[in-house]
Amino acid sequence: MTTYLDLIPKTDVEQSAKDFKSDQEVRWCPGCGDYSILSNVQGFLPELGLARENIVFVSGIGCSSRFPYYMNTFGMHSIHGRAPAIATGLAVSRPDLSIWVITGDGDALSIGGNHLIHALRRNVNLKILLFNNRIYGLTKGQYSPTSEQGKITKSTPEGSLDYSFNPVSLALGAEATFVARTIDSDRKHMTDVLRAAANHEGTALVEIYQNCNIFNDGAWEPLKDGDTRDDVMMRLVDGEPIRFGKDMEKGVIRTADGHIAVANVAEVGEDAVIRHDAHAKDPGLAFALSRLSNPRTLENTPIGVFRDIERPSYDRLVRDQLAEVQAKQGTGDLQALIDGGDTWIVS
Amino acid sequence: MSKQVVSVNRVVIRFAGDSGDGMQLTGDRFTSETAGMGNDLSTLPDFPAEIRAPAGTVPGVSAFQLAFADHDITTPGDAPNVLVAMNPAALKANVKDLPRGADLIVNTDEFTKRNLEKVGYATNPLEDGSLEAFNVHAIALTSQTVEALKDFDLSKKEAERSKNMYALGLLCWLYSRPAEGTRAFLEKKFAKKPEILAANLAAFEAGWSFGETTEIFSVQYEVAKASDLPQGRYRNISGNPALAYGLIAASKRSGLPLFLGSYPITPASDILHELARNHRFGVTTFQAEDEIAGIGSAIGAAYGGALAVTTTSGPGIALKSESIGLAVSLELPLIIIDVQRGGPSTGLPTKTEQSDLLQAMFGRNGESPVPIVAPQSPSDCFYAALEAARIAVEYRTPVFLLSDGYIANGSEPWRVPEVDELPVIDPAFATGPNHVTDSGEAVFWPYKRDEDTLARPWAIPGTKGLEHRIGGLEKADGTGNISYDPDNHDRMVRLRQAKVDAIAKTIPPLEVDDPDGDARVLVLGWGSTYGPIGAACEITRRTGAKVAQAHLRHLNPFPSNLGEVLRSYDTVLVPEMNLGQLAMLLRARYLVDIQSITQVRGMPFKSTDLVSAITAAVQSL
Repeated sequence: MTTYLDLIPKTDVEQSAKDFKSDQEVRWCPGCGDYSILSNVQGFLPELGLARENIVFVSGIGCSSRFPYYMNTFGMHSIHGRAPAIATGLAVSRPDLSIWVITGDGDALSIGGNHLIHALRRNVNLKILLFNNRIYGLTKGQYSPTSEQGKITKSTPEGSLDYSFNPVSLALGAEATFVARTIDSDRKHMTDVLRAAANHEGTALVEIYQNCNIFNDGAWEPLKDGDTRDDVMMRLVDGEPIRFGKDMEKGVIRTADGHIAVANVAEVGEDAVIRHDAHAKDPGLAFALSRLSNPRTLENTPIGVFRDIERPSYDRLVRDQLAEVQAKQGTGDLQALIDGGDTWIVS
Repeated sequence: MSKQVVSVNRVVIRFAGDSGDGMQLTGDRFTSETAGMGNDLSTLPDFPAEIRAPAGTVPGVSAFQLAFADHDITTPGDAPNVLVAMNPAALKANVKDLPRGADLIVNTDEFTKRNLEKVGYATNPLEDGSLEAFNVHAIALTSQTVEALKDFDLSKKEAERSKNMYALGLLCWLYSRPAEGTRAFLEKKFAKKPEILAANLAAFEAGWSFGETTEIFSVQYEVAKASDLPQGRYRNISGNPALAYGLIAASKRSGLPLFLGSYPITPASDILHELARNHRFGVTTFQAEDEIAGIGSAIGAAYGGALAVTTTSGPGIALKSESIGLAVSLELPLIIIDVQRGGPSTGLPTKTEQSDLLQAMFGRNGESPVPIVAPQSPSDCFYAALEAARIAVEYRTPVFLLSDGYIANGSEPWRVPEVDELPVIDPAFATGPNHVTDSGEAVFWPYKRDEDTLARPWAIPGTKGLEHRIGGLEKADGTGNISYDPDNHDRMVRLRQAKVDAIAKTIPPLEVDDPDGDARVLVLGWGSTYGPIGAACEITRRTGAKVAQAHLRHLNPFPSNLGEVLRSYDTVLVPEMNLGQLAMLLRARYLVDIQSITQVRGMPFKSTDLVSAITAAVQSL
């Protein structure tokens, strides 16, 4: 089967990361996690070998949404929350483009929540990179929909009361066909996830844990600190048993009541450990995995590809339907259309 | 038995019944037969927002008015000559519009004690003498329909449902309309339900025969073909399909694929439906998750090089405002169609109003100019769509098209144009560098403007060497890079305004219709008031009064000669279905003391109302 990538023109010159850097000065705060994501994306794109003019970055509003200005591709910095809607119109009309949506936890999950879930359910051919720093950066530090409950911010001096979203759970609930999570500090892991996302036809949602060193520094520290990282973070590898821990002593098992839990492998035995299956049609297990993590302590946080299944993309279905109609009815006779069935002559 | 046939030159019929009685269908069918006979016509559907409002109540009444004539007419008529009232509620809601001597056909079966009480009739109007002024034809439409269908395997309820076809048959006989079209229509509609088809046909025939044989009707009427219409091939059309066809025509004449991003809303949804039926023209219709995604997807498609459209009504425009501002900033072609309805808020979804003019003009943050065009009649929606597309593409700008519920659902004969004669629209995509830097390098500047139009280049993704970034942040003049420079912002705000103002150069001057050339009163309208204003001016002129008429198709920018026209009359009357929105713009812009005539009843102006206002203005000079 031809993939969507076959429809995108290829570059006729060798590309490097430098080719994807625009002439604009990058204006994120020094130390921002966005820098590493930008450099990662710029470093990864040459691998796809696509014509640069056929790549488009569309963003909403927020710190992360400045991203398109720094990419030497086509790009649109749109309005708050609407990037998935805008990108949907573009994807539906232009199968020859590789379209990336850059968004953040406020942009995608708060003001733009509706567009996100509908893009996911439709399976529009978009690669959505959701930079999650659990805070509103550009408006200077209010809590976001992914902030942990009780978050003290300028707008919540006594602590936030909102229960938080887990973006991966949300995406799986919308039956997204590709859902992954990675972290700004792990270059290799992010590149692997970006590669998997780029090769997926349909919507790929990639949550990227990103640090805002100004307003929410250390939000993901337990997943970065060498002392705690291996203890709390589980790396999902398709087909492999889900194990983690400093000595890989922990594993995910099925419990008697049908749920899943983290157990000591030595106690339950290696055979009891579930193997990760990103291609499982049923999103149930992927969802269960997404629920294992503790939003406060970040214990049992999976990263990697949760789900990667095949379902025709919305834009492909639109094109196929149009082609089918034209095959049956021809390409339309405008004069006949406006004449209609009943005409009369005034002479 | 042959009856006396009387020729009349103009008839206004109103069908009224419960919203489940099929009055709109009955009206549509009668309209089609009338159009086919070559009469000029104009229609006014009037129905509640509820799909099935409580049966037998006044708010649940659905009506369809149709005027047809042997000459050119522009309105569905002020008052019906014939009212068909399917129940007491329909009578109650409509009898006040009926002039003395009018024909009144009532379905007596529904005039039960309970139904009369439901709408507050203490006594039966058919018996208490209150309808003496009218020529009442009391007919048991329901039971006669049931009787006619007694040989069919139908429940009583099913048989009763055909009573609208019985009434249609009767009216078709009364006005000498042919039956072939209705037969063909029913055969297509009920192709898969032969029993229902047979019943409807039988009810229609029975109604027809009843007219022929009953002594209730002593005469049959005929209305000759309209002979004063321009020569050509005609069809009947209402505004929403005309708009959809205009968009498809614009797509064909520009070579751009048509993309509609839309969310269903009354009374605009039929444009979405019509375009969805025409995918073969390469039309993409996207029913979005909300109004914002409707316009968002259209902006995305426009960015990709499509002829992009979003359709909605007033509340939807409110939701789209921020996105319209983005389109203004991005300077991308986009057609925004607002089929106006009664407001504020949800307002009157199925009723007409012109109260979104100021919303279209100013309803955004910042200095955010958007051109506005407005069709003046159902068939004019076709040309207004082409004009909106021309401006959008040529000037790389969002354009408002302000239709309204009256012309969206109303219909009229349309002299169908030849496709080859329609204007051609040139997208003129950018293909290469457009600027040479000081160092001699050829580069692409996304905001370098055309000297004449001030439009920026439309450089679509996939064009080698033109990679660039655009967005809602203020851009530096020329390069399009982010700029917070005060002088630059001042310049960009003025440039965007100047670009829209410059469109006036391509707009024909406003023409004034003043038969004698010495009128001192001008009646100026915009949009769907064209028909009622025209009819009112004509009636006024017959009394010897002198009055000039002009109608605006472009509301932003105005035609260049508008100020001059306004200043050459002693009195300028501006009738609007709002509280004076155009009048406010004209006063502010031209310092002319406009006399505003306003009405917000959810219904088009009656010509007679305007006649008295015009007459008073002429007499007061």
